[in-house]
Amino acid sequence: MRVAILTMLMATALSAQAPTPAPAGNAMNGAKIFVSYGCYQCHGYAGQGGAGARLAPKPIAFAAFTKYVRKPTQQMPPYTAKVVSDQELADIYTFLLTIPPPPDPNSIPLMKP
Amino acid sequence: MAKSGKHLGRRGFLKGAAAGAAALATPLPVATAQAPAPQRFAAPLPTARQIAAESEPVSSEVDVLTADHPGSDFMVDVIKSLGFDYIAANPGASFRAFQESVVNYGGNKSPEWLTCTHEESSVFMADGYGRVEGRAKMAVAAHGTVGLQHASMAVYNAFVARSPVFIILGNHTHADERRPGVEWAHSAQDVSAMVRDYIKWDDLPQSLTHWAESAVRAYKIAMTLPRGPVILVADGTLQETPVPDIAKLRVPKYTAASAPAGDPAAVVEVAKLLVNAENPVILGGLSVRTPECMKLLVELAETLQAPVQGGKFPSRHPLSGGGGGVRNADVILGLEVSDFWGTVNNQLDQQERIARSIVKPGTKLISISPNDLYLKSNYQEFGRFTELDFTIPADVEATLPSLIDACKRLITADRRRVLDERGKKLASGQTQAFEQARNAALYGWNASPISTARLTAEMWELVKNKDWACVSGGGAPVLGIPGRLWNVDKHYQTLPTGGAAAVGTNLPMSIGAALAHRKDGRFCFSFQPDGDMMYAPGVLWTAAHHRIPLLIVMNNNRAYHQEVMHLQRMANRHQRGITNAGIGTRIDDPNIDYGTVARGMGAYGEGPISNPSDLGPALKRAAERVEHGEVAVVDVVTQPR
Repeated sequence: MRVAILTMLMATALSAQAPTPAPAGNAMNGAKIFVSYGCYQCHGYAGQGGAGARLAPKPIAFAAFTKYVRKPTQQMPPYTAKVVSDQELADIYTFLLTIPPPPDPNSIPLMKP
Repeated sequence: MAKSGKHLGRRGFLKGAAAGAAALATPLPVATAQAPAPQRFAAPLPTARQIAAESEPVSSEVDVLTADHPGSDFMVDVIKSLGFDYIAANPGASFRAFQESVVNYGGNKSPEWLTCTHEESSVFMADGYGRVEGRAKMAVAAHGTVGLQHASMAVYNAFVARSPVFIILGNHTHADERRPGVEWAHSAQDVSAMVRDYIKWDDLPQSLTHWAESAVRAYKIAMTLPRGPVILVADGTLQETPVPDIAKLRVPKYTAASAPAGDPAAVVEVAKLLVNAENPVILGGLSVRTPECMKLLVELAETLQAPVQGGKFPSRHPLSGGGGGVRNADVILGLEVSDFWGTVNNQLDQQERIARSIVKPGTKLISISPNDLYLKSNYQEFGRFTELDFTIPADVEATLPSLIDACKRLITADRRRVLDERGKKLASGQTQAFEQARNAALYGWNASPISTARLTAEMWELVKNKDWACVSGGGAPVLGIPGRLWNVDKHYQTLPTGGAAAVGTNLPMSIGAALAHRKDGRFCFSFQPDGDMMYAPGVLWTAAHHRIPLLIVMNNNRAYHQEVMHLQRMANRHQRGITNAGIGTRIDDPNIDYGTVARGMGAYGEGPISNPSDLGPALKRAAERVEHGEVAVVDVVTQPR
């Protein structure tokens, strides 16, 4: 079931944003290494952003995602394939695809203007 | 204290009076002070020497130290004349007479003595207090070599921030007046030397008239732009020596130096560039310290319909936020910008190091800043050299009226229409940015640990209907994405920024600032990093002891997260994997319970809070305590940054 949902989410995201599909990834492992490799430290546990950019929901296309991780144009530390393998990147990306969208701001009393 | 019979030191004039004073003064306790307390059932008979000490007149070999008016009383007269509200200090013997004079002769009022648990806390509190007041209103007393060394990082921070901190430094200059032992270790020939590279001025006066003149001179130097910390040594002997005739001493008059305004010709040239620019950007920098300056900055921005990036500018103003930023600008006006080069360049610290300009070729760079008027060489806080097109070394607030006037004179009706059109586009962009921020705050809304966006939104809900001031030492009014959602429209709602960005700054500075707001009844709060809290948490006790109301909201991410990123960067650069980046940078195992720390210091404490649903009620409970005059800490376990 989880795989089916992930596949559907990936297909939806990539059809809108990327010309080539992401390799198959393991979301559970992606969630694990998102923490152990310290991605959460700037991007938040939910990929919501903070010191770093927002990653989820609807992450950028996998090709652009990989390119940025390998050679960031801003202050993010670069992660070479020796440090984070292509498969691990695919796992992280798959995890990001599982993150649900946020609530409508008009549904949160605190966020009403 | 016994002295040589031939001693003719600074107290020598007392000797003639010694015999007469003997009838009034308690015979000096040289022998009795050093003798152990007698045992109830085994009291030995007094020795002949003890009998003599108890019954004979005081000999000429001792100094009588009782006095109606020690020199320190006059020092208090001088300090009172300068308008200090408080003196922050950790007690030290080198200024014992001065402290006694403040609390007794001076009535412990204007200034009132504050008990601090670390000299670094004393200086940061004085700095924070002064940032709210707009001038040095809390002095610091520090104890000789050891006290100044404890204070030194906060002194450096004040120097970098151009903060006018006034430090009275105890020291025993005269070797023959020092008590044996530790007083020698706490004294120096030139006690201010260790920090002279990062203070603006210091003196070691040798008479009370000299002390009075140097106190007023030091205050004037501290307050003259660009401002900075000063040290006035209060020699121990000068403090403790009686004043023969206090009426003969006088306190010099203090006259504030006027602020330097920009050269009128240069101002007109700058106005021409700004009026004719297609995409000007104003960098607010550190320029706004008063409500008047905030009004002037708004007037300049509205005159030009130019966006303002950084600094203190009303957050919901249509021109707030910098528009397209410096990348699209053709003229950039920097108002007391501390790192102009870093604003218009980008230096990547990656596998390769790349530095490049981020502004368009031909962009005109203009600086108005008093900091060009005073620089020192050793410490490098002045930053990389920037190639500017115009430099006006002057106070921003003093220069803005003539700049606004020059701009208004140059704007024709046709140009007015162009500028107004630009203003409409910028206002539209502001509205869009507001909506984007409202949406962005919701990502990770229910996450645990709590997102900084959620924390910020909960805080805004708590304070939005109060007269509030955020006293976080870094000057940041809010954390995270929804900062744009806050309505920050008064200059006192945030602290002036600036400083050396050292960990340990935030907590004591916020407490000093909260004390300054207390008389106005403002609701003060701060976002408090956990690593910063652990430098000198004893200042929490100071806040509790002196009833300083402040809501401290912990941004407890259980790590030194900026340093985590540096470790990651190095591990990546060295191709060794990044899983060990937490070694030496985490603050966990065991987790620190800041609510308990607060309660231990006499403050109100809540937490740790990890569930976002618990956050709002906890903040309300703590706010009620703060509104009753307490300091409260809410330990919020947050996401890293």
